[in-house]
Amino acid sequence: MHSFLSSLIGIGFHGLAYGMILYAISVGLSITMGLMGFVNLAHGVFAMAGGYLMVTATMSLGWPWAAALPVACVSVAVASVVLERVLYAPLYRAGELEQVLFTIGLIFVAVALARLAYGPLPLSAPLPGYLKGSVEIGERTFPIYRAAVIVASALLVAVLWIGLERTRWGAMVRAAVDNGPMAESLGIDTSRLFTVTFAVGSALAALGGALGADLIALTPTYPFEQLVYFLIVVAVGGMGTLRGPFLGALLIGVGDTACKYWMPQFGAFFIYAATMLLLLWRPRGLLGQAA
Amino acid sequence: MSDAALETRGLCKSFGALRVAENIDFRLAAGARHALIGPNGAGKTTFVNMLTGRVRPSSGAILLGGEEITGLAQAARVQRGLGRTFQINTLCGELSVLDNVALAVAERQGVAGRMWRPASAYRAVREEAMAMLESLDLAGDARSRALDLPYGKQRLVEIAIALGLRPKVLLLDEPAAGVPSLESARMLEVLAGLPAEVAILIIEHDMELVFRFASRITVLVRGVVLCEGAPAEIAADPKVQEVYLGGNGA
Amino acid sequence: MSGASGAVIGYAASPRLRPLELAPWAAAAAVYWLAPSYLPLGAYILIIILLVLSLDLIVGYAGIVTLGHAAYFGIGAYVAGILAVRYSGDPLLGLAAAGAAAALFGLATGAVLLRTEGLALLMLTLAVVSIVFEVANKWTEVTGGADGLPNVRIAPLLGRFAFDMYGRTAFLYCLGVLAAAWWLVRTLVASPFGCALVGSRESDARMHAIGAPVYRRRLRAFTISAALAGMAGALLTQTTQFVGLSAVSFELSGEILVMLVLGGARRMYGAFVGPLVYIAARDYLAKQSPEYWMLGIGVLLILVVMFARGGILGLLDSALERLRGLRR
Repeated sequence: MHSFLSSLIGIGFHGLAYGMILYAISVGLSITMGLMGFVNLAHGVFAMAGGYLMVTATMSLGWPWAAALPVACVSVAVASVVLERVLYAPLYRAGELEQVLFTIGLIFVAVALARLAYGPLPLSAPLPGYLKGSVEIGERTFPIYRAAVIVASALLVAVLWIGLERTRWGAMVRAAVDNGPMAESLGIDTSRLFTVTFAVGSALAALGGALGADLIALTPTYPFEQLVYFLIVVAVGGMGTLRGPFLGALLIGVGDTACKYWMPQFGAFFIYAATMLLLLWRPRGLLGQAA
Repeated sequence: MSDAALETRGLCKSFGALRVAENIDFRLAAGARHALIGPNGAGKTTFVNMLTGRVRPSSGAILLGGEEITGLAQAARVQRGLGRTFQINTLCGELSVLDNVALAVAERQGVAGRMWRPASAYRAVREEAMAMLESLDLAGDARSRALDLPYGKQRLVEIAIALGLRPKVLLLDEPAAGVPSLESARMLEVLAGLPAEVAILIIEHDMELVFRFASRITVLVRGVVLCEGAPAEIAADPKVQEVYLGGNGA
Repeated sequence: MSGASGAVIGYAASPRLRPLELAPWAAAAAVYWLAPSYLPLGAYILIIILLVLSLDLIVGYAGIVTLGHAAYFGIGAYVAGILAVRYSGDPLLGLAAAGAAAALFGLATGAVLLRTEGLALLMLTLAVVSIVFEVANKWTEVTGGADGLPNVRIAPLLGRFAFDMYGRTAFLYCLGVLAAAWWLVRTLVASPFGCALVGSRESDARMHAIGAPVYRRRLRAFTISAALAGMAGALLTQTTQFVGLSAVSFELSGEILVMLVLGGARRMYGAFVGPLVYIAARDYLAKQSPEYWMLGIGVLLILVVMFARGGILGLLDSALERLRGLRR
């Protein structure tokens, strides 16, 4: 019984850390999908880019870890704005098939470039001394880094929620998600709103990719391999909201960790099956708005 | 009074705390030319959506030709003779104008699900669809893609499709919306030429068109029927003038 | 739905076979007689064409975007393989069983999937293929797991034509099945059913408003498509005598979508051109450098979506139209 409790705590801890990373990456996807109705399968590319930029900055350029992190996120955000304006924007009115294929094309390009630049093996930026090591509580050890990920992500969630609830930008985003044409007729520049939101979402994805390199292996096929998880988080939680993917990410993070710990022989089977059942029950996700 | 083509009894609908239909008793007589008007947000669209089955009413009943259809799906209502047009053109854009109408005719003739013979082998479908287009002066556009047509003509295709179903009751959801004023005379002409035996309910903002076309008018305000009567009565009704004609509604 | 290369549909279209529609079969005959060393690759391409053709029916014509079509292909492949290993190596029996199993699975999953739309639908198709993959991966006693099922022995076709090492029987067998499937799909899309399917792709609301049973028809198309995909899977198992996890992967689901759009969706023959070009390019380029292959296909895909929605055949059509315009 004692060991069961102990493994429960372990699963809770690691699942929480994983869920937080999933949330940081997926929240942008949820908002941009809700806002623009755009099926952006390539969202994981931004997460991967964040991870690789960290590797370059710390290993090749020798920057301190804490300085590299914001630079990586901002660089990804800037690059994403260029992509959004040049490539995404013309496709907002295109069909679902076109959007799906275009973003698959982007993934192909990103995977190829990542392989050329970084090779096929997993990489991760070396951690600074103060984030290494672990603390022992009872007979379990908790890595400091993962604890820091949980705390940092919790702060991020708080900032984000306050930002969306309290600021003018947040109000505009919520109005546009609810009813795009209506928001436009009220004088909200939706196209600029899209761009800014897209950039924020990409920066968060980059943050998730950079912080999560020890939870989700950073390899060139990252955007393909993790795609299912990001989409599940959004679909399970419900798109267009902040809380939806948070709930989705925690459920998936803890659920996946538990499945892999207790029933490794089934792989991710139960996660997929549970997702199917849930979407049957609520096609718009747990917190998605009803039709 | 069993001769109503379409009837609602105590129809209610609320979205959360918002009541968009309150106890609507409405009667569309056989062969009627009836208009439903009301300021924006009066609940006209929701009312139409309840009639066609896109929205379930919270309570109340809908009867088509005396038979209750409240719980029926959209398709079943269409099969019983309820046709509609959309406020915003809803066509199969990539398909030809002829095919747009033929799809409806094939559905009515019960051959739309056939899989083994080419569609062109169903001559009866094609000829009826063509005749429908001819009657609306659209024969010359039969082979064009629907989305290549100017908006005004697309409005007419909407009507042709609905007629292809040979409905007993036809709901016209703002047929003149988006039609350039030059062409709205043409629209009135088309509406005036619709088969007399079809009971028609028209929802429209163009008051000139409403008063020339309809022989009976119902005014809906905030989900409640304000009044009903002949056009002259409605025009003279001070209540209507206050909330609608004189106000800022239209 | 016009254009020289598009399969004609609609109530005013002539169902007659046009000469150009025979081109794929002439090309196949030419390969058989003139380039016998390409027969194994040819058989593989025919199989993928069959798979992409089945995809065109639901993605192109019915407008159901799926990232999980490999699930049905994989089910067919595994059913044919397991049947041959455990019970009987008769190819036609395997083909029929694979088609039936995939159809059943398509019916069951389609009944669920097609109740949703948009992201949920996309997500569910992805979940379906992932589940099938996990089952194939973990149920080692039956599927062979990550090692796959090797040495699938296949009996001679009709008891007479053995699968020779030059791939002659395999090529003709695949060609025959593809021709039958082509005829089926061609008949379906030209029928009233096909028109109604396209109608529901163009406007769901419109089809409901004319009283069409949209869901039932889509499910029927989905089931037929799954059956064809399953048969393609069986062909792959039978001609290569092996089934592995790559037959049920998400990657394959994505790749066939790419092939379809590359060739040109919604025009039937795009399903012939796309795989041919894609596989030829892949075999040539991927050997040189897998990175440049991926980069190339990614850029190409973006260009197709941005500038050539009709794919290769769409470009061909507009070129032909321009030529005709010049002549006039």
